[in-house]
Amino acid sequence: MKLLTGNVSRTGEVIWWTGDGWSPDVADAVLMDPAAGEAVLAREAVAEQVNDLALVDAEPGPGGVPRPLHIRERIRAFGPTVRPDLGRAGRDWR
Amino acid sequence: MYRYDAIDRALVEARVEEFRDQLARRLSGELDEEHFKPLRLKNGLYLQLHAYMLRVAIPYGLLSSRQLRMLAHVARRYDRGYGHFTTRQNIQYNWIRLEEAADLLADLATVEMHAIQTSGNCIRNISADQYAGAAADEVADPRPWAELLRQWSSFHPEFSYLPRKFKIALTGSDADRAAIRFHDIGFQLVRDCGGALGFRVFVGGGMGRTPFVGPCIRDFLPAGEFLSYSEAILRVYNRFGRRDNIYKARIKILVHELGAERFAAEVEAEHRHVKTLGIDAPEAEVRRIAGFFADPPFEPGLDDAVDDGGDEAFARWLLRQVKPHKVPGYRIVNVSLKPKGGIPGDASAEQMEAVAGLAERFSFDEVRVTHAQNLVLAHVRACDLRAVHDGLLAVGLAEANLDLATDVISCPGLDYCTLANARSIPVAMKVADRLRDREAELGELKIKVSGCINACGHHHAGHIGILGVDRKGVENYQLLLGGSGAEDASIAQILGPGFTEEGVVEAVATVTDVYLRERMAGERFLDTFRRIGPKPFKEAVYA
Ligand code: HEM
Ligand code: SF4
Repeated sequence: MKLLTGNVSRTGEVIWWTGDGWSPDVADAVLMDPAAGEAVLAREAVAEQVNDLALVDAEPGPGGVPRPLHIRERIRAFGPTVRPDLGRAGRDWR
Repeated sequence: MYRYDAIDRALVEARVEEFRDQLARRLSGELDEEHFKPLRLKNGLYLQLHAYMLRVAIPYGLLSSRQLRMLAHVARRYDRGYGHFTTRQNIQYNWIRLEEAADLLADLATVEMHAIQTSGNCIRNISADQYAGAAADEVADPRPWAELLRQWSSFHPEFSYLPRKFKIALTGSDADRAAIRFHDIGFQLVRDCGGALGFRVFVGGGMGRTPFVGPCIRDFLPAGEFLSYSEAILRVYNRFGRRDNIYKARIKILVHELGAERFAAEVEAEHRHVKTLGIDAPEAEVRRIAGFFADPPFEPGLDDAVDDGGDEAFARWLLRQVKPHKVPGYRIVNVSLKPKGGIPGDASAEQMEAVAGLAERFSFDEVRVTHAQNLVLAHVRACDLRAVHDGLLAVGLAEANLDLATDVISCPGLDYCTLANARSIPVAMKVADRLRDREAELGELKIKVSGCINACGHHHAGHIGILGVDRKGVENYQLLLGGSGAEDASIAQILGPGFTEEGVVEAVATVTDVYLRERMAGERFLDTFRRIGPKPFKEAVYA
């Protein structure tokens, strides 16, 4: 399964596709099959509001929060592992 | 220190306004990202994992207190209260909102700072010895020459689209505190037998995926030919440098492929022509610039003695962090940005302000940034050392670990950087924790960590280097031994197969066991490694 993610052009903030919009919290993200993900990505790319759009591999995680498979994306979802005070409370990068 | 003239000021202010306009057009949708990205990069704005990152140039690592206070203001107002001092003597902010970037740059401009030429294939910020103008072992002050290079290389039209980025470092002592032989050009100030000032010139050093120690291409370049010779080197590079392959585009590859001798001959030929063009600064201009770096009003006849008053922590700090000064009664103070549990190179706004305040009171208003991600107060009276120590202690910066095992260099790695393969900061912190108990016993030990092959954390130049790699999506770490970024420059060798995070921390501990077992009197880790080679280390680590 895939998650669609990127960074808000205006601010740089990490965001995740929720099915009908964007959220900064990966808990709101929707897991999509690759084809559906590609379609949303193509549409969103045209809007030019989100930089570095990417589909990343993920699976359903604990508590129904989607869990990206690669550590890089988990760190994006959580924040820097060395500054948990700046990260998203209740999210685990592991 | 150097103060902007009307031209400098006009250039930087015009640049801010230009960017403000570009940014407005991006935010209104008039510019798309494809066209905007090169414009923001030209102003030091990268998109990283969590947000935009801004890299601010600190010319040759020198800051006034006022500038450091501004860096603290930027951390507080535009970031999340901290910044990261880098191995290139710059500062990076990790949480910049693009929409505020023009205001931020305008604030920086009020203290003669900017982010110009901190990205892209141009001549980047010039770095230099952090003890410049203060060191007891100095031949001559490199800062006027660094400033001359800054002026020459700023917006130099011929060198704005080089084959690849270009980094220059200078030192004025035999002791190399600026890693000059790992730069595209390294200049060392020397005097010839007649006492005339000149430069030893090293070209084609570098880190990255193909590390080289730069060979010397000129033993003595008369100081008066400094700019024309630099111009000649850049021209040869611009003409012959590989633009077809990004991995072969740095000048180090050109120097390596041509051979140092042929490269030097090309430069000499070009120089014969360039020398006639009037590029070299007139002596009066050199003197004018040097005037900005004249000694501050040192007090003569100060008492040179320092009394530790029986305070053990203060005594340890004196021994480790404080270095001799060229003027009796003064000392150079190194401020560790590697406190226990801290992130290497990170400083909070409060810490920056505290150091700025100490500089105001005790060090003629200036601060330097080192390539080892520490700070320096260069001109402290011996009688003020206690006050400086106590001021640093109050903000958690009185660690006594300069060049010891816990003084680890680390790039941001996968905690922040889009290019990273693995995290580097947590490894740096764990290695420091593991070795803290024995760091006094280990003596000088430079450990350097990078999160990918780009080597921003100088792992190739570490006595012990650690390189993060991606092994099928899992962080993995290679261990390298025997590098040095100092005057005895060398490239570290990979010891063997990589490790997990815990594995590499243990491997580092094992390597230090071998050193303690094998060392002869007076030997540093690096000396022992050079004498006995990698085999005993390998056997112990992979036993
Ligand atoms: C936005 C974050 C960064 C990016 C995108 C980045 C990118 C790179 C790249 C691509 C290289 C390899 C250049 C080459 O071999 O041609 C490199 C080298 C280097 N970077 Fe970074 N870097 C970043 C952050 C840093 C930081 C935080 C530091 C200081 C701690 C730093 C200092 C250096 C140094 C010293 C080198 C090696 C010298 C050289 O070969 O140029 N960089 N960087
Ligand atoms: S070495 Fe790699 S991971 Fe570290 S800052 Fe440089 S590019 Fe990023």
